[in-house]
Amino acid sequence: MAAVSFRDVRKSYTPELQVIHGVSMEIKDGEFIVILGPSGCGKSTLLRMVAGLETVTAGEIAIGDRVVNNLEPKDRDIAMVFQNYALYPHMSVFDNMSYGLRIRGLSSSEISERVNRAAEILELKKFLDRRPRALSGGQRQRVAMGRAIVREPQVFLFDEPLSNLDAKLRVQMRAELQALHRRLGTTSLFVTHDQVEAMTLAQRMIVMNAGRAEQIGAPLEIYARPATTFVAGFIGSPPMNLIPRDGKLLGIRPEHLEPCAASDAMLTIDVDLIEPLGADILVYGHIGDRDSARVAARLPADAKVQAGKLAVRYAPGNVHWFDQASGRRID
Amino acid sequence: MEKRVVFRSAWLPYVLVAPQIVITILFFFWPAVQAVWFSFQLQDAFGLKTQFVGLQNFTALFKDGNYLESFKVTALFSVLVAFSGLAVSLLFATMADRVVRGALAYKTLLIWPYAVAPAIAGVLWAFLFAPSIGIVTYVLKGMGVDWNWIIKGDQAMLLVVIASVWKQISYNFLFFFAGLQSIPKSLIEAAAIDGAGPLRRFWTIVFPLLSPTTFFLLVVNIVYAFFDTFGVIDATTQGGPGQATNILVYKVYHDGVKAADLGGSSAQSVILMVIVIALTVVQFRFVERRVQY
Repeated sequence: MAAVSFRDVRKSYTPELQVIHGVSMEIKDGEFIVILGPSGCGKSTLLRMVAGLETVTAGEIAIGDRVVNNLEPKDRDIAMVFQNYALYPHMSVFDNMSYGLRIRGLSSSEISERVNRAAEILELKKFLDRRPRALSGGQRQRVAMGRAIVREPQVFLFDEPLSNLDAKLRVQMRAELQALHRRLGTTSLFVTHDQVEAMTLAQRMIVMNAGRAEQIGAPLEIYARPATTFVAGFIGSPPMNLIPRDGKLLGIRPEHLEPCAASDAMLTIDVDLIEPLGADILVYGHIGDRDSARVAARLPADAKVQAGKLAVRYAPGNVHWFDQASGRRID
Repeated sequence: MEKRVVFRSAWLPYVLVAPQIVITILFFFWPAVQAVWFSFQLQDAFGLKTQFVGLQNFTALFKDGNYLESFKVTALFSVLVAFSGLAVSLLFATMADRVVRGALAYKTLLIWPYAVAPAIAGVLWAFLFAPSIGIVTYVLKGMGVDWNWIIKGDQAMLLVVIASVWKQISYNFLFFFAGLQSIPKSLIEAAAIDGAGPLRRFWTIVFPLLSPTTFFLLVVNIVYAFFDTFGVIDATTQGGPGQATNILVYKVYHDGVKAADLGGSSAQSVILMVIVIALTVVQFRFVERRVQY
């Protein structure tokens, strides 16, 4: 296990095309870090630079106290789980998991001990002789994790490992991942575009946008105090409402709006879409004329709403302010 | 799900396939049946008398030292062509797979030899290696090698192997290249992270995943070496010197057309037919059923 440091890490493919614009972060030993962002934001590139699959154009990446910029992937003591699992299709589950150990020249008793221990944890014992194609998606995912675990690396790297699973399995694997991290305590970097995965798995997360780290922090801290309008809009579903007010942007989360009498109204929503979800109701509409900002509100399930004017209010403490030009938070 | 086209007319589908069937019957089945028929007969040199001799043509063949020698030559030739052809093309395909810039140019150049007719390929290499005027011969002489395939059997064999392999590289290259491209990059990356160096990655990951392609190409190349190399042989060594490059398919032509032994030549082509049928069965049985990863 080890700490990981990014020191002003940059990546460009050509002088004009820069994809990572200087990311800095200190990851503590044993921490579970999620790198979150929309597709094309450079999150996978950042992870692949840690793995050694992409070169680092400028800056430093350190694992433990070693700068790994110029080390081969095999010398970095990391293990990676790929989005498509990248299992070797012509090898059995056992051979898949032991491939790296055999290359490192471990004794066969040591190898079978480690593989069996990992198979035990991941409930793969009865599949050890099977080929990957004879396994379900969730089982393949576990084999991919098993292959990472047996190596006992300093850092686990996950590149969107859950995005090929169906919704139900994804929830289950999320829980298993959490349990696994609690058990092994290995420093982990997890890339995803799914904010629910990020919120539930991360001890801290990096929200990335267009090659920059927009905000780094604990999930709830980021949810409570988004640093930019991008983060405010990316995290939370529906995202935070951003309403122009006095040359600034007023941010208010949908769940912080509550219906009130017309005389107390702080906002009046012209409702055009109502989505009852059972536990609560989502209400969408405009404030003022058609061209103005769209607003969403999350109301309790028993609220009586209908299309037309809806008066809502909010507690002043729940308001966020952002600079309209830069999108930065104003405190 | 199978898609079926249903014709309302009873005769239209037959009319549509008729040209293909007529050509197949005229140029494939009829000669094949004729060959079988002739293989049971003995004809005099002027074609005046024909006598039914049963299997005597076949028994005579297997007692004929020349024919058995030709079998050995063919075996050696096809093994050399198939293995060196596959090895060289696999090497080229792996190298082309790594190229990022100008990949299309390399691919196009590598595919060109396929458009050259076998006889022309043969002539080209025969010129390059010609004992008196060949440029390669000149270079070899400079290196102290006495090169004269006209009189040296093993050199003649080497020449026809080189010409045949050169001709077939494009075909093999295309299949290997497509096979390499279909291996997910993440597999190679996973192996790299697992600690495997480039050579080890190739032999433990890439090569096994290519094995369906390799097996398919092996069969195709053996068939090629057996049959399609006629042009190369005829344009260069014509089976010589002695019997050094007299492969089975060339011997069929030589015995039938030049030596006017129609019955014996037919018997040989019947044996070749059996071989190609066997290879086709192997192809369908094993290649088609191979599991695709």
